[in-house]
Amino acid sequence: MTGNSSTHRLPSYLEYQGKYTGIRAWILSTDHKRIALLYLYSQIFFFLAGLVMGLFMKLELIAPGQQIMGPQAYNALFTVHGLTMIFLFIIPGLAASFGNFMIPIMIGAKDVAFPKLNLFSWYLFIAGAVIILVGIFSGDGPPDTGWTFYAPYSLKTNTNVVLSVFGAFVLGFSSILTGLNFIVTIHRMRAPGMGFFRMPLFIWSLYGTAWIQLLATPVVGITFLMVVADRMLDIGFFDPAKGGDPVLYQHLFWIYSHPAVYIMILPAMGAITEIIVTFSRRTVFGYKAIAMSSLAIAFVGYLVWGHHMFTSGMSETARLVFSFLTFLVAIPSAIKVFNWTATMYKGSISLEPPFWWAMAFIFIFMIGGLTGLILGSVSTDVHVHDTMFVVAHFHYIVFGGAGIAFFAALHYWYPKMFGKMYNKKIANWGLIGLFVGFNTTYLPMFFLGFMGMPRRYYDYLPQFADLNLLSTVGSWIMASSLILVIVNLLRAKKGTPEEMDDPWGGRTLEWTIESPPSLENFEEIPVIDREPYELKSK
Amino acid sequence: MEQNHVAHTDHFDPVASKLGMWLFIFTEILLFGGLFIVYSVYRYKHPVEFHLAAEELDVTIGLINTVILLISSMTVAMSITALQLGNKKLTLILLGTTGLLALIFLVNKYFEWGAKIHHDIYPGSEFLLSLSKGDMLFFGLYFFMTGLHALHIIAGLALLGVAFFKVKNGSVNKDRISLLENGGLYWHLVDLIWIFLFPLFYLIH
Repeated sequence: MTGNSSTHRLPSYLEYQGKYTGIRAWILSTDHKRIALLYLYSQIFFFLAGLVMGLFMKLELIAPGQQIMGPQAYNALFTVHGLTMIFLFIIPGLAASFGNFMIPIMIGAKDVAFPKLNLFSWYLFIAGAVIILVGIFSGDGPPDTGWTFYAPYSLKTNTNVVLSVFGAFVLGFSSILTGLNFIVTIHRMRAPGMGFFRMPLFIWSLYGTAWIQLLATPVVGITFLMVVADRMLDIGFFDPAKGGDPVLYQHLFWIYSHPAVYIMILPAMGAITEIIVTFSRRTVFGYKAIAMSSLAIAFVGYLVWGHHMFTSGMSETARLVFSFLTFLVAIPSAIKVFNWTATMYKGSISLEPPFWWAMAFIFIFMIGGLTGLILGSVSTDVHVHDTMFVVAHFHYIVFGGAGIAFFAALHYWYPKMFGKMYNKKIANWGLIGLFVGFNTTYLPMFFLGFMGMPRRYYDYLPQFADLNLLSTVGSWIMASSLILVIVNLLRAKKGTPEEMDDPWGGRTLEWTIESPPSLENFEEIPVIDREPYELKSK
Repeated sequence: MEQNHVAHTDHFDPVASKLGMWLFIFTEILLFGGLFIVYSVYRYKHPVEFHLAAEELDVTIGLINTVILLISSMTVAMSITALQLGNKKLTLILLGTTGLLALIFLVNKYFEWGAKIHHDIYPGSEFLLSLSKGDMLFFGLYFFMTGLHALHIIAGLALLGVAFFKVKNGSVNKDRISLLENGGLYWHLVDLIWIFLFPLFYLIH
């Protein structure tokens, strides 16, 4: 495949000397791999910022009564925590970082279809982030509406909502352009011989994601612009005093924001598929079923937004239809889980850290998925609506699902991206700590919600004290494990090309090239003459 | 970096750029789609007020603007054909005409809005706040949707302006026509959205 002797190796994308030097060699680079790292670093930065905010919230909830902040500060904190984690970390998620890095490599191309547009998307991402940050630190204080910006409160509050909403609009634009770029890349840039059904399954999941990004984001974009217009021009689209309908806002918001959950989770599922196939040392079970389930989730996920609004005022028929469609999403999701399990069956499993991370993902994601059914069914949802149960479910899916998959992918592709290997033992200990900490933090919230503790309050009744204390202690375990994981990755050591080019015995195209890859990935565009996960005859 | 990698960034695939443009047009349609939903819901809720408010709009000026945009769509389509046939001069004349028509559209819009604002009809005005909720919503939607459309006219104008200069200096030519074609596609979209806005605000009674 590649010349193993280092004398023949081209300079990697990390070392490559181009027209620019220093920081400009990065922020002016149109290389998809450098852009991917720009995303990766910015996303991890925002993730850590969101983590700190989460820790402060948990600290406030350690005991009943006011601990470290009052109600207004708490409202602002959960809003900004949501904005940061959702819009700046997990919606770009695995697609912007690992998708950008891996799509061209896994389909045998030199770059994405529109490299300059790709860089422009990152600039829009940063611009959106800066606008939100300015909104937090200027005007009459950070927004206190929750990340959903529900009208009419978002029209009435004196806090600085306009900038946050506009920032989210700009971020949406960045997401649209990334999705557009990926769709065109996948259609036009596949290497000769790579038909659609020879693409790695991570690419399939990103393909589904890209369509959601493209087709759902504009709706929330225009909705956010209408909120801005309501506040600045006094139009009253969603203001009942001027004839507007706040429930209409909720519909428009969730038409995007429910599919956005699939923007977060689909690439995560794709990465988990890659990891499980590689470490099971078997070909994937049910390739087409997994590929199609990605598209099915993308499609059905578009039609279920109403399940966020069971108590907002909708007809009985609408509620039942939305509930039914919500249950339908469980089918393609379960197809994936069953196929992962079947792939492992009789496999020669190699127990490396990325595989453990994938196992943690499946376990946590299943709890998240099953509790989703409780929320998807109208009668039980009415009972737990707006309680900590929802918070727990959401974090099981988005942090325990997409977030853990993000770190799983990072551990899996780290040697490829940087040519370095982390300490595997510490990576495993970090995962165990994170797993314990995660469940200690969020599992009690299910019970709290069932007992009736509402979300979004800085204070609670004394009977909720024990479980909240447990949850806060869990958040400390979780945060320290995350720091351990990140420090371990930063301390990774350079390996020889023999060790790093294909450390896991992967079979997709990225493992046929050097680690880290050269600027154009392939010296010669490969011709694909085999199925994506066929075992190599060594 | 680009210097050493001409093949890398200069990779040219007209099918890809057209595909990209069509996808972008989808997103624009969905952007306005959200507004069309809002319009339908509020029209359904306030049929009488929407009816009466619509009679305040000047059909003549709306009709003139519709005709202007239709002609501009024709001229941009002709400019693409002209460039395909290798007639650079005619391409530039037709593109210039398109731009001129777009400017006339904006000037008309300016006077139309100006007259409304002169009569104290604009979002948040005391007069409008004294009217019914349906009136407020109608004029809110009118200003927001035609305003957003006008922004798209300006964006299209900028895009065609870039195409104009690239045709002039030869970097967009018979064999590399994508930018002009995409500019034309975008312009048709802007035109098409107006074709929906015109009846929704001016004609339905």
